[in-house]
Amino acid sequence: MKLGFSPDEEAFRAEAAAWLTAELGGPFADVRGLTSLTDAPGRRRDWERRLGEAGWSCVGWPKAYGGRDATLAQQVIFAEEYARAGGPPRLNHIGIELAGPTILAFGSDEQKARFLPAIAKGEEIWCQGYSEPGAGSDLANVRTRAWREGVDWVIEGQKVWTSLAQFSDWIFVIARSEEGSRGPKGLSFLLVPVDQPGVTVRPIHQITGEAEFNETFFDGARTEAANILGAPGDGWKVAMGLLGFERGVSTLAQQMGFRNELDAVIAAARANGEAQNPLIRQRIAQAEIGLKLMRYGALRMLTDAEDGRLNPAALTYKIQWATWRRDLGELAMDVLGPAGETAPGGDYAFPALPNLFLYSRADTIYGGTNEIQRNIIAERALGLPREPRGDLK
Amino acid sequence: MHFAFTDEQAMIAETAKAFFAGQATSERTRAAMAGTGVDEALWQAFTAELGLAGVAVPESEGGGGLGMVELAILAEEAGRHVAALPLLASVGLAIPAILAGGSAEQKARLLPRLAAGGLVASFAEAAPGTTRSDGALTGAALHVPHGARADLFAVVVGDAMFLVERDAPGLALTPLTSMDQTRPYARLDFGAVAAEPLADPIAALAAAQRTGTLVLAADALGGAQACLDRTVAYAQERVQFGRAIGSFQAVKHRLADMMVGVEQARSAVYWAACAIDEGSDEAAFAVHAAKAFACDTYSHCAGEMIQLHGGIGFTWEHDAHLYFKRARSDRTLLGTPDWHRERIARMAGLDEAA
Repeated sequence: MKLGFSPDEEAFRAEAAAWLTAELGGPFADVRGLTSLTDAPGRRRDWERRLGEAGWSCVGWPKAYGGRDATLAQQVIFAEEYARAGGPPRLNHIGIELAGPTILAFGSDEQKARFLPAIAKGEEIWCQGYSEPGAGSDLANVRTRAWREGVDWVIEGQKVWTSLAQFSDWIFVIARSEEGSRGPKGLSFLLVPVDQPGVTVRPIHQITGEAEFNETFFDGARTEAANILGAPGDGWKVAMGLLGFERGVSTLAQQMGFRNELDAVIAAARANGEAQNPLIRQRIAQAEIGLKLMRYGALRMLTDAEDGRLNPAALTYKIQWATWRRDLGELAMDVLGPAGETAPGGDYAFPALPNLFLYSRADTIYGGTNEIQRNIIAERALGLPREPRGDLK
Repeated sequence: MHFAFTDEQAMIAETAKAFFAGQATSERTRAAMAGTGVDEALWQAFTAELGLAGVAVPESEGGGGLGMVELAILAEEAGRHVAALPLLASVGLAIPAILAGGSAEQKARLLPRLAAGGLVASFAEAAPGTTRSDGALTGAALHVPHGARADLFAVVVGDAMFLVERDAPGLALTPLTSMDQTRPYARLDFGAVAAEPLADPIAALAAAQRTGTLVLAADALGGAQACLDRTVAYAQERVQFGRAIGSFQAVKHRLADMMVGVEQARSAVYWAACAIDEGSDEAAFAVHAAKAFACDTYSHCAGEMIQLHGGIGFTWEHDAHLYFKRARSDRTLLGTPDWHRERIARMAGLDEAA
């Protein structure tokens, strides 16, 4: 058991830090420290391209596809340095963390060569077409249909909560491709270009006042026959495999963002005297502990994965971070008092901490609600009986 | 960076797991609870046969020459079976105190015997008003873990630490009927008792607190894991309304929450152990975090174990109360979770100027 890094790894850290500091202190100073995913999308796209060009976009991917073949320790280090340098949330995080790894695992060589370098170079931004009005927690209940017509797949239906679709070039879609099929059977996993007449993206305003997610309508949308991952009708397996990628090294970068948020809460508490309130001190300490345990939990899971062991504890990570962040939002507001409840500019747009209080309510819902996470933990990690299902209609 | 057991550590964990599962049975633990809270045969096997009490003592001092990760492994497995051993008192507190603060002569005289288990020591914080004059202590120590079984006491008086022998004239020892009978307290009254100073009391106290706190956190981890495992097993076999109760979300979600806690406690304990072994800047923070988090988790899991077992969980016959009471003892000793969180609040810079 070892937590420290080797001299070679520290040299890699210095190299990454130097590059990041130069870029985010120089030509990309304007994106440094951005928090909202919807701010300055044009410059965020430039930043994706710059990372890609310098080989720092997807460091853990194979070199052949635009990565750097980084070891686990190097990926951890890069994630830490990225956040330390004030790197903004990645506009293409769905491409990097979800679409890319899924294509790497399930794609053909042609598909890998077609899609992966474009993600790694920051040329193509991705979003995720999973949820529908009638398929939220019960994802297998999707109604969006797909069928073959000549050399294309044709897609008809509606997706919802599609984050960042307004900036995306591609969307991966789970659609029912076998007529009359029910539940997880008969679904296909399709890769679909967004910019076409059959796809309409309509922003949804969320409780923060921003519009990060969308309704996405497919009305005779088309994609080439080759743009399917896995066999037709076998999309559920691909979709479920993807869920496993939601707990990768990217969680460490996410934690560094959490670190910045907690630091902001501490700074606010020091500034207004709440730092001397014993109950606030307890909650800040608990947040400090929770943040460290996310880091070391992630390092345990990643080490096990690198050694080829599947640790069921990985299933606890989503509920852990989502709940931590929701609690941090509550803590931030208790520290700020009424000052946190007023928008300084007159517009209905709140600064980072009050926005966190609102935004973090999504964390315990998207990517599987806390309740679904508890079912997953209980059934897959603890081996408890499966949830009884109602009749499929 | 490789945050997993080495092959050797995995082997120690296997050995410890099998050892405690085979020997620290409920029946034997309950027999020990009726006495001094020590299963003597288990202690004999743990120390003399397996040589595990000195696991973190250097080989030059008669120990195993390993570190805190290995010690945490042993404490976790002992905790999993609520083993009746003076692991905290002798291995977690007294040995590190003497190792860090004893003179060469004191170490040579005591450590090999402590590591071999023939000598059992405990650790006592003297009550306010306790004084030392002419080499003799007068006063008391009110709650000494496994005090009735110890042959030797490391007694903290203010900034100083002294060794006091059990049979020293003037020492009165009163076993206390304690809620956790696997780690009962005793009271010591010092009536001008001969007390031998430790050479470096500051180092001794720091080492004892750090190691003892880690041992408690690891004990709590093992205990919490056992509460989860046993309650999951029960929820799979107990049928009500024609279904295993583990199929109800009201039950399975609570079990899932227990696992979320246990896995974080596991990260905390081994992070702390590893940070101490590597001399990391984070070590002090990590030990506070591990104690606070693992003890909260254990309290939560032991309470849930009783609730989810229903009436049977409230009986003396069922082991749930052994865990529930040990969780309480783990939580109280060496600082409650709130106390450790306040230490972390200070480390987080809350008292710096805005």
